[in-house]
Amino acid sequence: MSKSDPNAPKRLALISSKGTLDWAYPPFILATAAGAMGWEVGVFFTFYGLTLLKPRLTAAVSPLGNPAMPMKMPFGPDEFQNIDWPMPNLLMANVPGFETVATNLMKQTFKNKGVASVEELRDMAIELDVRLIGCQMTMDVFGFKREDFIPQAEIGGAATFLEYTADADVQLFI
Amino acid sequence: MDVVKEDQVLDCSGLLCPMPIVKTSKAIKEMQSGQILKVIATDAGYPPDVEAWSRQTGNPVLDSMAEGGRFIVFLQKS
Repeated sequence: MSKSDPNAPKRLALISSKGTLDWAYPPFILATAAGAMGWEVGVFFTFYGLTLLKPRLTAAVSPLGNPAMPMKMPFGPDEFQNIDWPMPNLLMANVPGFETVATNLMKQTFKNKGVASVEELRDMAIELDVRLIGCQMTMDVFGFKREDFIPQAEIGGAATFLEYTADADVQLFI
Repeated sequence: MDVVKEDQVLDCSGLLCPMPIVKTSKAIKEMQSGQILKVIATDAGYPPDVEAWSRQTGNPVLDSMAEGGRFIVFLQKS
């Protein structure tokens, strides 16, 4: 069955399932862009994606097991910044604090290039009335409480999101 | 063609996707129907993105040009 209201705006339904910094971006970029186009947007945050609804975002990134990730230096002349630094797994696994370094390098590179932070994009999504739905089952499994998340988030389960998705024009799993 | 005269200017220089589109949408929302917004962007993804945004929102692109790494787009609030 198609949409109940043919004049309703387009609708985007996203599932955000990953909580690392690199995977935190796509749902918020798509949600804000769609919101800016006048679409209705709902994002279902499940499993590791649920942590993106915490008030303080601690999303990090690891090049470990992420072999295509280029390591870039956010400072120095352009030729230096454009080098892809090869990071062998053996080195990454053994150096304490390596993930923090990698995360800070990525954040700084993104900032230098003019990409908004995940926090800024999330604030923008809220301003654009994007529905942020936290997965109740994930909360139960990981022991999260309602107050662990931003007040703008709503909590729901698979049926809540599926009902929203049934009227969506675009659905993506991230 | 007549020279397009803007009512408002939005400078998105240095910003990357999706901020130029989000800022465009915010600016247009606060304008009156028929008014013209001039957007300056340096994101090479902006020209195709603003065309898609225009088709989706019905606010037409009146003119679009590239000069020295900058993209200048004139939009009219529908």
